[in-house]
Amino acid sequence: MLRNQLRPAILLTLLLCVITGFIYPGIVTGLAQILFPHQANGSLVVGAGGRVLGSSLIGQSFSRPEYFHPRPSAAGAGYDDTLSSGTNLGPTSAKLDTMVTTAADSAVKQEGAVRGQIPSDMVTSSASGLDPHISPANALLQVARVARVRGADPAAVQALVTRSIEARQLGVLGEARVNVLMLNLALDKQFPMHAVASATAR
Amino acid sequence: MTANGWLQIALFSVALLLITKPMGIYILRVVDGSMGWLRPVERLLYRIAGVNPEEDQHWTRYAASMLIFSAATMLLTYGVLRLQQILPLNPAARGAVPDRQAFETAASFTTNTNWQSYPGETTMSYFSQMTQLAYHNFVSAATGIALAIALARGITRRSAGRLGNFWVDLVRVTLYLLLPLATVLALLFVQQGAIQNFAHYVTATTVEGAKQVLSMGPVASQEAIKQLGTNGGGFFNANAAHPFENPTPWSNFLNVLAIFVIPAGLTYTFGRMANKQRHGWALWAAMFVLFLGGAVTAYWAEARGNPIHAAHGVDIAASAINPGGNMEGKEVRFGVATSALYATVTTDASCGAVNAMHDSFTPIGGMVPLVNMQLGEVVFGGVGAGLYGMLVMVILTVFIAGLMVGRTPEYLGKKIQAREVQMAMLFVLVFAGAVLTLSAIASVTAPGLKGLNNSGPHGLSEIVYAFTSTAANNGSAFAGLTGGTYFYNTLLGLNTLIGRFAMHVPMLALAGFMAEKRIAPESAGTFPVTTPLFVALLVGVILIVSALTFFPALSLGPIVEHFLMHAGRVF
Repeated sequence: MLRNQLRPAILLTLLLCVITGFIYPGIVTGLAQILFPHQANGSLVVGAGGRVLGSSLIGQSFSRPEYFHPRPSAAGAGYDDTLSSGTNLGPTSAKLDTMVTTAADSAVKQEGAVRGQIPSDMVTSSASGLDPHISPANALLQVARVARVRGADPAAVQALVTRSIEARQLGVLGEARVNVLMLNLALDKQFPMHAVASATAR
Repeated sequence: MTANGWLQIALFSVALLLITKPMGIYILRVVDGSMGWLRPVERLLYRIAGVNPEEDQHWTRYAASMLIFSAATMLLTYGVLRLQQILPLNPAARGAVPDRQAFETAASFTTNTNWQSYPGETTMSYFSQMTQLAYHNFVSAATGIALAIALARGITRRSAGRLGNFWVDLVRVTLYLLLPLATVLALLFVQQGAIQNFAHYVTATTVEGAKQVLSMGPVASQEAIKQLGTNGGGFFNANAAHPFENPTPWSNFLNVLAIFVIPAGLTYTFGRMANKQRHGWALWAAMFVLFLGGAVTAYWAEARGNPIHAAHGVDIAASAINPGGNMEGKEVRFGVATSALYATVTTDASCGAVNAMHDSFTPIGGMVPLVNMQLGEVVFGGVGAGLYGMLVMVILTVFIAGLMVGRTPEYLGKKIQAREVQMAMLFVLVFAGAVLTLSAIASVTAPGLKGLNNSGPHGLSEIVYAFTSTAANNGSAFAGLTGGTYFYNTLLGLNTLIGRFAMHVPMLALAGFMAEKRIAPESAGTFPVTTPLFVALLVGVILIVSALTFFPALSLGPIVEHFLMHAGRVF
């Protein structure tokens, strides 16, 4: 009984592998490249001279004071797209407790955050370690520092942040958010750093 | 908790309700052979493979076909993973996958589990991902659906133990159901931003001047079938939390709906086959009640956040501009509500894809996925696996109800006797036995404890979660556990095989025994299987069976951690 089952088992294994493992992804790739080439190739953000600055979907590290900062990241040394990961630390982890405490202290010191009002996304790492977004509350909290370092009018920077808020999709799905890379690019355009300000910032 | 959060859960529920009937009718037409638009391809496959599509297989033969096919696919994958360094489509020059890793991965994908103890972006070539992992996502899903249909045939017809033809079911489900749905879904994902290419990794120069390497690959095509087939194995380590897999809240909504669409449809298909549509809806209702209980609990727990963090000044109250709650291991675009919903759905079904890290959930929020899997993946469940698991629970329920009133239990006109109940019990016990025995071994041995990322009760939760997830063929993880060791790869790989095939054989035997039985007309004494009373009993039996089995382990893990967290204890 088993012997005459071997032929269909082996041949269907191979045939279905060809259909679902080669033809299917081939067709999807072809259609995707024709219909949505920008997305299919990573929604890349290209700057002056064709330099690839990153992807609008993948967060990147910002640590200079003149930029809005993303969330803490557990992907490699931070926002390493080849090592996507969360911290995977549990709610009673002492290590996580230390990380949150440090982040909360720095929010108070650097952004002038009020304890009890520190946005929860500001002190926690995302699931992928590549979260391109921060919450609107997080972005608004950073306005004062960014405006000060850039020598810009805080109200104007705040207006830019408000314009950058992406609403819930279809008005319902997900959460309101701000894309950090896109916001910082808009910031550089609208409030370019002066040489002096840049020097004092370092 | 916000009104918008509840609204999203409600929207999902309504979408699920609306899609059940059309999906169920479509699946029925696929498996009864009335779909014909790919007939030439279908015939060609049968001819080359030497399949006689007219053959009606006895349950033993059906089981043998399924086992031999699964073994062949597993061997193929093991071979390809070991040899990927000399195969094409490997732009990042990934080397051979080590032996134990390749075994675990092959076992895991063959069994529809997709437990991944490797990071995809640094282990697998495009060739391995596409031709092996995504391919298994199709055939292991098609196998599950075939088995559910076989059990449904056994229950609903009288045929001397014959259940249909495994090869025909496999081919039809793959061609007519999974491939078209996956193609459409993959393109919807790409439109939202999921990537789909064979390009080299892109090196970007960031705004601050650093280098950032962006991973590329055929992601959307794999993402689509991994959700539809309740497989869950991500292209990337971060799975559906990675923006290239799941870029927007809308793609996320499609993600969760895709997990439930086939399992929900199958309840309708079964109602049609049993000629008792209201029974199909009764199964749906029992599943929905259990789903909703989980979703509400998880959302409540995650939205309440972590009091230890709140004590440091973190604002855990949600508002229009602050997601609030427990945001550790969650993405801002999804927030707390959809992360909790996703975690519930992915573990109700044996999917195991994640858009947030379950390891970092609050104790009760993280217990929901764990309990969902311990219920036996019957809450809509894996494609096929959910229906056949649920039907086994139905048989137990009918049996218990029969005992209570002192009548020979019967189900859809067929008497439930000793052999059937033995097979049903075997099905239940194999699962519990595998989970508890292996968890116990890992909890007291050095190599088991070495893999932990968290200590205290959370460490035990990590271990129990791993063995529950693999036996339930779910594949989600408390991912802090380092599963890529010799110890864990061996045990977890074996566990996926036990959790699938050691349960399939008794289930198919049950189907065969049922198919041998005469169908008696209903009488006044028949226990009705279409009423709310039946739904309540069924839910009760499911909860009691798993509570009796797993409550001790849960109380030492997440439950005690919950109280310690509120007392401010850290480990």
